[in-house]
Amino acid sequence: MISSRDNVATALEQLEPERRLQIDGGTLVVREAIPPGHKIALQAIAAGAPVVKYGSPIGLASAAIAAGAHVHTHNLSSSRGRGDLAHSATGEPAPRLAEPDDRGGLVGPVTPSKERA
Amino acid sequence: MSERPGFMGYRRPDGRVGTRNHVLVVPTVICSSLVAERIAAAAAPVGTAVPHLAGCGQLGPDMRVTHETLAAYCAHPNVGAVVVVALGCEQVIAQHLADTARRHGKLVEIVAIQAEGGTVRTTEKGTRIAQGFAGALATEEREWCDISELVLSLKCGGSDYTSGLASNPTLGRVTDRLVELGGSAVLGEIAEIMGAEHVLAARATRPATATKLIRIITRVETEARSLGLDIRGTQPSPGNIRGGLTTIEEKSLGATHKGGERAPLEDVVAYAAPIARKGLTVMDTPGLDVESVTGMVGGGAQVVVFTTGLGTPTGNPIAPVLKVTGNARTARQMADNIDLDVSAIMDDSETLDAAADRLFADVLTVASGRRTAAERLGHREFAIHRRNPTI
Repeated sequence: MISSRDNVATALEQLEPERRLQIDGGTLVVREAIPPGHKIALQAIAAGAPVVKYGSPIGLASAAIAAGAHVHTHNLSSSRGRGDLAHSATGEPAPRLAEPDDRGGLVGPVTPSKERA
Repeated sequence: MSERPGFMGYRRPDGRVGTRNHVLVVPTVICSSLVAERIAAAAAPVGTAVPHLAGCGQLGPDMRVTHETLAAYCAHPNVGAVVVVALGCEQVIAQHLADTARRHGKLVEIVAIQAEGGTVRTTEKGTRIAQGFAGALATEEREWCDISELVLSLKCGGSDYTSGLASNPTLGRVTDRLVELGGSAVLGEIAEIMGAEHVLAARATRPATATKLIRIITRVETEARSLGLDIRGTQPSPGNIRGGLTTIEEKSLGATHKGGERAPLEDVVAYAAPIARKGLTVMDTPGLDVESVTGMVGGGAQVVVFTTGLGTPTGNPIAPVLKVTGNARTARQMADNIDLDVSAIMDDSETLDAAADRLFADVLTVASGRRTAAERLGHREFAIHRRNPTI
């Protein structure tokens, strides 16, 4: 775990199911095999909720994630640069970028297609 | 000698300081690239070429970037002399490159394939000129230069989970220290700042700089979206994903550690444009390693520190590229490509501060002339960023 705000941690070695980890005074039971370098959920994360590492969101949970589960491309999805979503009939438009208060020089909002319509 | 850190460099007539003293052989166009490579090879390792795929069939900003990148290499402080190799009918103007080199106090000559009468004569004449320049440069001596003269390029590639935990934060500590001592550092790869822009924007010294950073990131994200494609096809890369990185935000937050934790963001500049301010600068480069390093060196970086998890061989024709890894397996398996192993951080047997002390010392030693793994292996990758298709 890197920041106290994080809800995932990085496995520095292979983690096997049922192993009990002592993290921040609590016990976390590993639910499934996690390869070294991959992420483990420190707590339950609801589908659609932000996954936090380095103290910042690294994407949204694309499925409900249980504490101790492997967190990777099957249950965590980026919300950035997703032209496929912006142009898909059913997909949600990607969220707008946060913009600074001083908007001088900005070329306008990044836009979901409905704003152009 | 001063008590401040510094290095032995080449002080140039234009006031800049070099860490190498190359004879640079510059082809104006793809058509003269092979001849340029042969001329440089005949004077290696002092001789070095920047073969490229452009120089004609280009319009507008695309042409301008090619011209300005080549000119930036002709003006670079790691270069003592320049041989421009022209074809004769191309768009890039040989005389413009030669004038740039001369203005910065370099020895310079042009050879042109159509005018000289073919490959053999041009190679022969160019080789004679390059050898003469190499002889002249051999008499120049290094002198003591303060660390504030250093412009360090910060690069990561082949990232894995160790990059964000070990090598990038180690480099970040070196960046903070360098900037506190009055030096400069440059961070590129806009797509790999995406998701971490709030961290850098918060450190901007002027609102306009933060705005410029956000505007460039917005442009890159808009370009990716306008293709109707999913940026996940390239970011993170397949190797990044195998290594445990899931999203671009995660990769960016790890990558941005290279820029330190305190160094103020002073400027945001275009591809290969001069890095004019002390402190941290962000350069608008793509995420492809070689194009990114090519741009940051063009901007004036005299040393590149390149962190890697999975390992990568990339070098540069005129600047030393120092490879750092936090992955013990990579340090063993790609030992010939790695300059510094900081994997002891991963099992807590070395602190980030201790690793940063070693990297800081290595940067100054390399700036003073010690050859890096990439230089010893002859890695001189060079690629100019293209803005438009070839017409």
